[in-house]
Amino acid sequence: MSETEEMGETVAIESLPLDAWHRARGARMVEFAGYHMPIQYDGIMAEHLWTRDNAGLFDVSHMGQLVFRGEGAAEALEALVPGDISALKPGRMRYSLLLADDGGILDDLMITNTGHGLYMVVNGAVKWDDIAHLREHLPDEIEMNLLDEQALLALQGPKAAAALTALGVVPEFPDILPVDRLVFMQAGPYLWGDVRLGISRSGYTGEDGFEISVPASDVSALADALCAQGAVKPIGLGARDSLRLEAGLPLYGHDLDEGIDPVEGDLAFAISKRRREEGGFPGAARILGHLADGSPRKRVGLTVDGKMPVREGAKIFDGNSEVGVVTSGGFAPSVGAPIAMGYVPTGLSEPGTALAAEVRGKRVAVTVTPMPFVPHRYVRKQGG
Amino acid sequence: MPRFYTEEHEWIDVDGDVATVGITDFAQGQLGDIVFVEVPDTGAELSKGGDAAVVESVKAASDVYAPVDGTVTEGNGQLEEDPALVNSDPEGEGWFFRMTLSDKSQLDGLMNAQAYKDFIADL
Repeated sequence: MSETEEMGETVAIESLPLDAWHRARGARMVEFAGYHMPIQYDGIMAEHLWTRDNAGLFDVSHMGQLVFRGEGAAEALEALVPGDISALKPGRMRYSLLLADDGGILDDLMITNTGHGLYMVVNGAVKWDDIAHLREHLPDEIEMNLLDEQALLALQGPKAAAALTALGVVPEFPDILPVDRLVFMQAGPYLWGDVRLGISRSGYTGEDGFEISVPASDVSALADALCAQGAVKPIGLGARDSLRLEAGLPLYGHDLDEGIDPVEGDLAFAISKRRREEGGFPGAARILGHLADGSPRKRVGLTVDGKMPVREGAKIFDGNSEVGVVTSGGFAPSVGAPIAMGYVPTGLSEPGTALAAEVRGKRVAVTVTPMPFVPHRYVRKQGG
Repeated sequence: MPRFYTEEHEWIDVDGDVATVGITDFAQGQLGDIVFVEVPDTGAELSKGGDAAVVESVKAASDVYAPVDGTVTEGNGQLEEDPALVNSDPEGEGWFFRMTLSDKSQLDGLMNAQAYKDFIADL
């Protein structure tokens, strides 16, 4: 946990289990979410393109891994998120949102039914706030544990499945599918030698891939074994950001925050059908109203004319009127041009709408465009 | 032709009353992949330490400052088409702009190659 010094101003930056591993591989380290994290190794562009063509290994151990147990845990969580958690079958996972009382988004997260409990992964930057919120709002009989002895890796890219299989990762139980037979948003317990791994077919790059929960004591050996395969290279936070932007995936704290509800955030898919009918989640009145009548504003993708990047904070104009703001933007290596996402009035959110963004006092033409910018390549069905 | 360096990692080649300005190899290495460069317009009046150009990597935009006072005579148009020249040849083809020197005495405060080498070794 972060240590606040006497004056309450300087917060100690923590090191993650792979810290020395990153440094030994030439990573440039930066502070992120209170941790020393690798921003890049060879360069963001090369790492980004490598992940799209091969397989990239990301250390996401800064994220919070939580487990909930106790009778009625799924129903109890449903009071805090808009997903149908009680319908989640063992081995299945779902993207969901932790909501404030007014329907604003406190965090976006993944919930997996492991068969023995509910496993949740939350963003590193807000994990302590999430934990406080969850503990305050969940009944005392629901047990919540932070898995702070577990590291988390993401292996992403078209060669990820082959790399993980080649490692000799096997199902822990006979009724669990081999890793390469999992489909997107499916998870299970696996063994690598005698090391227990929680593996899901998921990620945040738009590519096929896996997230691997591994004991901190074994993560260096696992990262070494993965990177010993020619197809796998370690990838830093810089490329993680450009990959998720191309995939149209929002980054909490930038594209989503407490002032934005799921409909505004273009995340209505995360409000399950049953929950739409029954409500009973925080901010249901506002959110269901926005679902029925449209929200005043919406998160959209923007293509950018020319080569000048349009970044977070750039104001968006419709003619002379300021109508919105860019929340993420930059050069997109796989697109070969700048792209952005931001918020505009719903009346201006139709693909093809011509707008302008302001960069250093100059107007740049931008056009609302459907996301993702680069097609997702999730494995949704297994062939014969 | 003497070359000078600033603490903000610009280099400046002086040839009579005209200077060529770019960013150093160290600077491009720190920035990473350059995807966009905004050079000043011809005729722009620059003052030492003021904003002169913008260089953008995948990750962020950074300002490039004028190393001395003067007037821009030419921006490097090649950078518009090929901003990666700043990565591949930062102290040659990847120059940013040329300018006149209003006050040559301002060069006295800049570093030579050895002093700059020592300066970055301490960073």
